[in-house]
Amino acid sequence: MIMAPPLLEVENLSKWFPVEGGLLKAVTDVSFAVKKGEVLGIVGESGSGKSTVGQTVLRLTEPNGGDIRLNGTSIAEISQSKLRPMRRKMQMVFQDPSASLNPHLRVGQVLMEPLKIHGIGKSREGREARAIQLLNLVGLSADYFDRFPHELSGGQRQRVGIARALACEPELLIADEPVSALDVSIQAQVLALIEGLKKELSLTLVIISHDMSVVEYMSDRVIVLYLGRVMECGPAATMFAKPRHPYTEALLSAIPGGELENEKRQRIVLSGDPPSPISPPSGCPFRTRCRYAVEACAGAGMQLVSVGESHQTACIRAAELNLGEEGVKEVV
Amino acid sequence: MGSNISGKPAAEKAGAGPDADLNNGLVDIRNLSVAIGSRFPATYIINDISLTVNEGETLAIVGESGSGKSVTSLAVMDLLAPNLSVSGEILFNRRDGSTVRLEDMTPTQRRQMAGDEMAMIFQEPMTSLNPVLTIGDQLVEALLLHRDESMAAARARAIEMLALVGISNPTERLDTYVHELSGGMRQRVMIAMALMCSPRLLIADEPTTALDVTIQAQILELLQRLQAELGMAILFISHDLDVVSDIADRIVVFYSGRVVEEGPARQVLKDPKHPYTIGLLNSKPHIDRAAGQKHTLQPISGSMPNLAAPPAGCRFHPRCNLVVEGLCDKEEPGLRAAAPEHRARCVHINPEGNS
Repeated sequence: MIMAPPLLEVENLSKWFPVEGGLLKAVTDVSFAVKKGEVLGIVGESGSGKSTVGQTVLRLTEPNGGDIRLNGTSIAEISQSKLRPMRRKMQMVFQDPSASLNPHLRVGQVLMEPLKIHGIGKSREGREARAIQLLNLVGLSADYFDRFPHELSGGQRQRVGIARALACEPELLIADEPVSALDVSIQAQVLALIEGLKKELSLTLVIISHDMSVVEYMSDRVIVLYLGRVMECGPAATMFAKPRHPYTEALLSAIPGGELENEKRQRIVLSGDPPSPISPPSGCPFRTRCRYAVEACAGAGMQLVSVGESHQTACIRAAELNLGEEGVKEVV
Repeated sequence: MGSNISGKPAAEKAGAGPDADLNNGLVDIRNLSVAIGSRFPATYIINDISLTVNEGETLAIVGESGSGKSVTSLAVMDLLAPNLSVSGEILFNRRDGSTVRLEDMTPTQRRQMAGDEMAMIFQEPMTSLNPVLTIGDQLVEALLLHRDESMAAARARAIEMLALVGISNPTERLDTYVHELSGGMRQRVMIAMALMCSPRLLIADEPTTALDVTIQAQILELLQRLQAELGMAILFISHDLDVVSDIADRIVVFYSGRVVEEGPARQVLKDPKHPYTIGLLNSKPHIDRAAGQKHTLQPISGSMPNLAAPPAGCRFHPRCNLVVEGLCDKEEPGLRAAAPEHRARCVHINPEGNS
């Protein structure tokens, strides 16, 4: 169908951390592709591995297995020196802007550092002009050039974090919980900014968030992670209207605010906590909290099955359950 | 306090005393202000707040960081830092039927009430629970501080409360430490601890903000069940209108240390009157799934004002898109009735109730 390879392809990505008592399986066999100009949302709760996926894709942590291809070129195993020029093409926005900006550097220096590293802008003047241009791009005036991060509000800091990520004109921007640390009214400002920049600069985005409404609003496609594995992936509109995995269904029903949405929903309250990623359950990792679990769930391997156009779920009972058809089903 | 910019008409407050009739009121906060520092003019963290929590209801205070929502609850619990100066009054309807004015009580008396007739749970259970004491020690202590009971009776009560908040094997759990529990379990333990003396008022300050969405749903359901079973009032503090919409009977919206809107939850959420509340609701990313339509985000521009130099007039006017020059920036309006029980501090509400 599409001749050019997707901008980002991730295949069977795994990241396991050795810890006391075994291996913490943060990410296991995660595969996805992001087309140019597309927004991919990654949702999951804490410990689902969503941040690890983001960091591993940029090789901020080294993957244990799997392949990462940027514009068709594998970057999973190339050396750091070869990786550096590729880094220009992919940048990250972090959750907590007060922790991700160097407190000793003025905003202008923060923005000029990546330019210097990647040799963009011939002279200091050139880089300064570019930094001011970046400030304007994210809605800050040139006055902010000489300020320190502590002089800015949370929303302004996040704008600087975004400007820094955009400094070397990346093709791919990975935003890890970009608005979670911000107040509600500021969240909307930053989301609107990201949305606008995406159009203006034709960016490709990966948005990582625990907040389903943020992901639903921003994304074209979504993958749902649980204990480091993909539970479901598909087009945002289809998946949120008709989730095909019991975990996605439960996540959606747990979003507060049904009252606000004018919809009477039956709430599925999952019992218990997510199991430890050090010793995840056999078979489907969600089966211990799943209301539809049967014996076969413990034995079966995790396999994504297609349930619609580019819509896949890892539930072995997907076809028989046919979730999302008539609201929430009674447990059989 | 500077100018008299109170919401309630002065006549209403005149007769209030310790013997004042609270009607259904359990807690009545009247003209409460909390200021920091001794410099003149003082910086008010909250300014002239009046609100009532009725018996058995859930009242939610909604606001962003710095709006003063937590400070209000800390003032009720007498947990404010000593360098803050407090004025105004807080009336509390006690278990024995008497009404007390909290400012008139000695610190010892207030300490006796806190944890007994009123209890509080916090956002981050990991930092609110003691890491070097077992769960059991902390639960038992919460009861023995206020009641002359035997250790065995206190342990029995602790087991009962842990079971009530949905912790399995409560007897064995008594001997565990906080780090052995998950975030959701810790919050349950904190709720159990707050319930040890059957409080009439439970203050919950962002109790689900640190939790995952599926665990948040568990805790919200638990709080609703406990309220139905035990009949206590809940003062629920949150920045999240979605969470509040699930649990609140009434809502009070705070902005920059002031009440800007109050009313029955449904009305405030469905038919908000103050431009700030409207802006907050429009700030939520929202998709109409049935129609497949994406509502464009309409963020509130600007940021919270500096409390040390609040804007003249309505505190929200620099960020408001309905601002009337020469009016909103001159004098702050009082709380105006938009509907029965529903009031907002905005000049666009006319006295007839149509805005």
